[in-house]
Formats: sequence, structure tokens, C-alpha cells
Amino acid sequence: MKFKTNTSPFFSSNSNVSTVMLQVLLALIPGTLVMFYIYGWGILINVVLAIIFAVSLEAIALIIRKRPVLPFLYDLSAIVTAWLLALALPPLIPWWILLVGIFFAIIIAKHLYGGLGYNPFNPAMIGFAVLIVSFPFEMSQWIENATLGSKLPGFIESLYTTLGITAQPDWDAITRATPLDAVKTGLRAGTTSYTEIAQQQDFNSVLRSWIYISLAFAAGGFWMLYKKIIHWQIPVALIATLALFSGVMYLYSPETYGSPLLHVFSGATMLGAFFIATDPVSASTTPIGKIIYGASIGFFIYIIRVWGNYPDSIAFAVLIMNMAVPLIDYYTQPRVYGHGQKPAHDPEPKKGSDK
Amino acid sequence: MTDTAIGTENEITTSTKIEGGTCAPEECKKIVMDGLWHNNPGLVQLLGLCPLLAVTGNFINGLGLGIATIITLTVSNTVISFTRNWVRKEIRIPYYVLVIASIVTVIDLTMFAMTPNLHHILGIFIPLIVTNCVIIGRAEAFASRNKIPRAALDGFMMGVGFTLVLVILGGMRELIGNGTLFSDASVMFGAMAADWTIHPFNEDYKGLLLAILPPGAFLGMGFLIAFKNIVDKKVTKNSAIKSPL
Repeated sequence: MKFKTNTSPFFSSNSNVSTVMLQVLLALIPGTLVMFYIYGWGILINVVLAIIFAVSLEAIALIIRKRPVLPFLYDLSAIVTAWLLALALPPLIPWWILLVGIFFAIIIAKHLYGGLGYNPFNPAMIGFAVLIVSFPFEMSQWIENATLGSKLPGFIESLYTTLGITAQPDWDAITRATPLDAVKTGLRAGTTSYTEIAQQQDFNSVLRSWIYISLAFAAGGFWMLYKKIIHWQIPVALIATLALFSGVMYLYSPETYGSPLLHVFSGATMLGAFFIATDPVSASTTPIGKIIYGASIGFFIYIIRVWGNYPDSIAFAVLIMNMAVPLIDYYTQPRVYGHGQKPAHDPEPKKGSDK
Repeated sequence: MTDTAIGTENEITTSTKIEGGTCAPEECKKIVMDGLWHNNPGLVQLLGLCPLLAVTGNFINGLGLGIATIITLTVSNTVISFTRNWVRKEIRIPYYVLVIASIVTVIDLTMFAMTPNLHHILGIFIPLIVTNCVIIGRAEAFASRNKIPRAALDGFMMGVGFTLVLVILGGMRELIGNGTLFSDASVMFGAMAADWTIHPFNEDYKGLLLAILPPGAFLGMGFLIAFKNIVDKKVTKNSAIKSPL
């Protein structure tokens, strides 16, 4: 699967789908390790299980579609999809929920549309959207993290819980709302203001752990920028728009709106900005289009987080803008050299002037 | 061989005309198969998608709307076929709408009187049968140019085909989304149906909520259409092998 360049420029490039995907996977490692440190074995189990499910389903789909199995499996795109989806799920989630998510990501969102390169929507985000809509309870059970001093479940314990061998734990005792969830429920109830929430000790330590996670993902993202796997437009536009809107609203009323820090550094904003919104298949491809696309995603993330029902709104924002990509690309095509620009004087006679 | 085949076909058509509209077995079979499969309003013509997708949250709702549609289609096709020679071309569409609207009003009020709970659940979709494209489509395409028995049969079979899709889609979504089948049967069949609900899975199954929500309707519909296309492909392949070149 080499990208062949048949016209100029004739630079030779070694990039093909599998090396790009491999570099994306490498860039995901630091963030994943920080999440592993904070949330324990559940994260790694999610990632490994998701990859196993994704590769098996991809193979089955390729066999059914009578495509060569191994070449398409080697492009690693199924693994990237599975990994991204797994990072968005809470640890200790039952295995069958993972399977449902991966099924929708790989089979429905990717292969029913014709496989990699033909999917209009980001597969991992379709999987996430299906899960958050269908299993809102299970999807909100983030266990207490290590920064609060609680003991994380061990490897065997986590594995047994995920596979359903031991019964599900008493969630209320061990889970804690994510910062965005906490802010949302607190503000919805109308009893507390954001300033009060922000002064709580637990809230701050959980938020701090999410900041570490975000910074680790951002580091991976910068490495991808340096390697020129992704372009700067989408992440910069996304984060800048999100920071701008949350900043304006925070200045307008610090009591009722979360701070820009909360919005930019929690709820997988960084993961979304660098890894999800930049998906080369479903994102906009023109330079100006990328800025419009990224900025709109940032805008929708803020709207859905603050006034919508789901605090983890990256998936919905990305899916909305995936739908708009053909339109954006159509109107932002760069001018082809020698075409399209209006000449200084009109060399051709006007129509109708000749007989 | 072929000559005789054409001959018999001609005989059939002429005999139908002479008999004044009762359709010959083969034509009847064609009308039946068109309604149920080859020209199914839900799967092939893709008409009436709005009620099809909106009310199929469970089996019984689908069945309720389906039966209402069968009655409307049969009666409207009959009436329009009966009056087809007296209605001027220019005003035929308003005339069809008037006929269909009167029939639907009768059905709406009847359901309100007899099955008030079901009427409450189906709500706006009963009056909206008026705007269901299947009905005016069959009136224009079939009833306005065929004799009464054939038009009535066509209306009935199109209705049955539509109902089948409603029922299958409703059953599928209810099964996946809720883990039950035939729940709320009592709103349609009265108290005796109170315990008809089936739980095919174990009690822990909480259901994939997505199947009940609108995306589930679109996905389920897509899978049904894909299934029909696969079957059609298989059938044509087999028949191509059997028939000598």
C-alpha cells in the first residue's frame, strides 16, 4: 500500500499506511503508560482485549468480503482503532461491552462502508458513541485513581473482573466521577457553583491526574507533528477554539462555567485533538479546511459539554464534523497553479460581443 | 416452444379482460409476490419510511400500524379502482388524498374507540397514514389503471408486505434493545394477552439501548435490505445454473 506519486513533486517517500500507523501507535505509548500508572491494570487489559477483538473481527470481515487478509491486517489500522477506543473506556469495563464497541467500530463503521479509506466516520468514535448511548452506567464507572491514595486492583483481580469471572465490584465504593462529570452534575443540581467544586481537594487531585494524562498524550502528539504524520492545523485550531470559548464563558461567569484549564486538560481533549480528529481518512484534507474542521470540533466539544447531555463530547463533535468534511473540502480546494485566479485584464472578448 | 408460451400468456390476458377483472392465477401470484417480496413497499420501494422507522420500537406497535395500513391500502385501492373511469386526470391527486383521508379518519376513530392504549402509543402516526407514500403510490400506479379485484388484491398484498417489514424490524429492535418479544400485547389484544411477553435471554440482559433509539431503526432497516439483496442474488444465481443456455 504505497502512496504513489505520479506527478510532481518527485520526492521519494517511504511512508505507507503501516509505517504511519506504527508511528501513531508509538506516539500513543506515553499517554497509555501514564493512564496505566494512574488507573492500574484495567487500562492495559482494555487495550490488549480490544486489539484481540479488533484483529479477529477485521480478519472475519476481510474473509467475508473476499479480500486478502494478511496485507490488510499488516496495515495496523484496526489496532490503532482498537487502542484509541480502549483508551476512552473506563478500566474494569465488562469484556462484552468492549466487544460491542469494537464490533460497531470495525464492522459497521469501517467494513460496511468499504474498509479503510472509505469510512466517512471515525471508526473508534462510532464505537464510543454507540457505547455511551447504550450503556451510560457502565461507561461512567471510572475507578478511584492512584493519586487519591486508594489501592488499585491488581492484574489478576482486574482481569477476572473484566472477563466476568468474579462478580462486578460494588461500584459506588470504588468509583469516582471524572472531573467533567463532577462539574456537570454539580452545576446541574444548582446547589454548588464551579468555584466551590474547584476548591474540593478530591476534585483537584483527580483533575491533576487528568492533566498528567493529557500532557503525556500531547507529548505523543508533538512527536507526531515533528515526524510530520499529522499537520498542525487540526490540533491547534481545536485546542485554541476550545480554550477561547471556555475562556470567554469563564470570564463572563466563573460561578457557572468551567475554567479553560478544565476543558483543555480533561476528558481526553488532547487525545481527541492529536489522535482522533487527525484521522487521515475521515478528517478534512485541505489546509484551510483543516483549520475550519478543527475549530468547529473545538466549538462543538464546548457546546455539547456545557449544554448537552454527555460530558465526554469529543466523539459527538468529531462525528458531526466528519459529516461536514465533504462540504468543507469542496469549498476549500486550494487554487491549482495556473488556474482559477482572475487575470488582471480579460484577454477573451465578452460573450455576445462577437456576433 | 416459445410460440406456445406466448400464446398462452396472450390467452390469459384476453380471458381476464373478458371475465371482467377477476385475475388469473398467474397474475394473482405475480401481484402477491410483488407485494410480499419483489416490489415490497418497505424494502424495495422504500416508501413510508417515516412511520416504518418511527414506530417500530417493538413488535406490537409495528403490528398495530401495519394492520391499519393494510386496511387503508385495501379500501383505498378498491374505491379508487371503482371510480377510476369517472375521475378526470387533472384532479386525480386531490381526489386520491380525499379518499385516503376519509378512510384513515374512519380507522383512526375506530382504533381510538376499540384500542385506546395502542392508539395513544401510535399517536400521530395513525393520522399520518394519509401521507404514507405507499398508499398514494399504489393508487396512482396500480389502482387507477386496474380493475377492482386486482386493485384490491394489490392493496392488500402491499399492505401485508409493509406489515411484514414493520413486524420484523419491530421484533428485531425489541429483542436486541429490550430483551423481550410481544411486550405490551395487551394494548392490542386486551387482558388475555397480558402474559404473552417472552424473555428469550436470561434476566440479566439489560438490552442494547441503541437498537430502540432512531439509529437502531436505520441500522436494522439497512440490514433487512441487505439480507433481501443477498437472498435475491443467491436465487438468481441458482436459477441461472438450472436453466439451460
